[in-house]
Amino acid sequence: MIAIIDYGVGNIFSLYSSFKFIGKDVVLTNDERIINSCSHIILPGVGAFSDAKRKLDESGMAQVVKEQVKSGKPMMGICLGMQMLFDKSFEYGEHDGLGLIKGSVQPIADVIPKELKIPHIGWNSLDITKACPIFKYVKNGDHVYFVHSYWAADCEESTIATCEYGSQLTAAVAHENVYGCQFHPEKSGEVGLNILKAFCEV
Amino acid sequence: MITKRIIPCLDVKNGRVVKGVNFEGLSDVSSPVELADFYSRSGADELVFYDITASVEGRQIFTDILKEAASKIFIPLTVGGGITTLDDFERVLKCGADKVSVNSGAIKNPKIIGEAAKKYGDQCVVLSADIKRVDGKFMLFKNGGRVNTGIDALEWIKFGVDNGAGEIVVNSIDTDGVKQGFDLEMLEAVCDLVSVPVIASGGAGCMQDFVELFQKLPKVDAGLAASIFHFGEVAIDELKKELRNNSINVRI
Repeated sequence: MIAIIDYGVGNIFSLYSSFKFIGKDVVLTNDERIINSCSHIILPGVGAFSDAKRKLDESGMAQVVKEQVKSGKPMMGICLGMQMLFDKSFEYGEHDGLGLIKGSVQPIADVIPKELKIPHIGWNSLDITKACPIFKYVKNGDHVYFVHSYWAADCEESTIATCEYGSQLTAAVAHENVYGCQFHPEKSGEVGLNILKAFCEV
Repeated sequence: MITKRIIPCLDVKNGRVVKGVNFEGLSDVSSPVELADFYSRSGADELVFYDITASVEGRQIFTDILKEAASKIFIPLTVGGGITTLDDFERVLKCGADKVSVNSGAIKNPKIIGEAAKKYGDQCVVLSADIKRVDGKFMLFKNGGRVNTGIDALEWIKFGVDNGAGEIVVNSIDTDGVKQGFDLEMLEAVCDLVSVPVIASGGAGCMQDFVELFQKLPKVDAGLAASIFHFGEVAIDELKKELRNNSINVRI
């Protein structure tokens, strides 16, 4: 069973449906006992960092997630859910993240040429920089769908894929049993479903 | 590298896909979910579902269709048609939409752009504008392109982006249904004005029209069309090969 952490943020319909579609049992939950009994955890997220992180903290889910990760359970953060894995975010101020992966979240605007549009939105190709089990069914250069204005910086050690958008932006990270995708696998067609499938096999 | 997007638009009325020429004379085409699935498998980068029903029952059928599509098709979905309030945003986002497109509803209630952007993020709010030349000026039309609002279309788009619209769909009424190519002059005026993604709509008749669009206006991010895809005049997989042969970066 896959647990999608429910902390009142975002639109998880497609994420939930995509696990169903690949034949996995999935539950949207904030019940610690249920999360405990699940084999894998997904941390979703859209919107602003500070708002989402506050909800994660207030719901008690931040603590639960940290404990589950410590116990060795595979977890994947998606989009803002990935950004929350890092130490800090500089989205409108300075905010603490979960501190599960070394790095910080910074504005794309600081590293890309002015003429490029923000958010970075659309299909971009993955440059796989390090072999990782979640890429078991994915080829270098496959396209995935991005929507974001901030990116994970200073996380070279955990970076497993980047994408080119005027600069090499972090596309995916992995550190021990924690994984993160800046893109939306649930919106990335077959490539995305294959990443979710591979994650379920970790 | 980021790719140019090809977006089929499905106008849905009473549970079926329809397409009008010059926004009039609708004819039944197919089942929205089947068609959406077919497009997704052919390489469509995104789908637009446009709700052109007005009745409450029609709206319910539309919502059910959207849900069914979103549980089978895993590419971005944009929903438009009859979006006037934040409740409308909520209703379609819950059913699996990723972006919501506002048109006449935003003309009626311009505050919706800013309110929705604040609540759901700029990337969620698509401003779709129906534009027609009147006495040499680009004017904004509403109600499916039938009524001249008297508003300068470029000023309206600027207002929309300043208030948080994250993407602009430019529907040229002048070229819609004519199949002689996109309205490059109108699109260029919009691209020069805003720094958010611009989606070209209205006028595509053949593959070459898309090649010309992206070659002449590299700032345009996506091409949207309906009938040429629905009637099989242009196959999306072949279109993408043709674009790639012309050195335009697409997802294949």
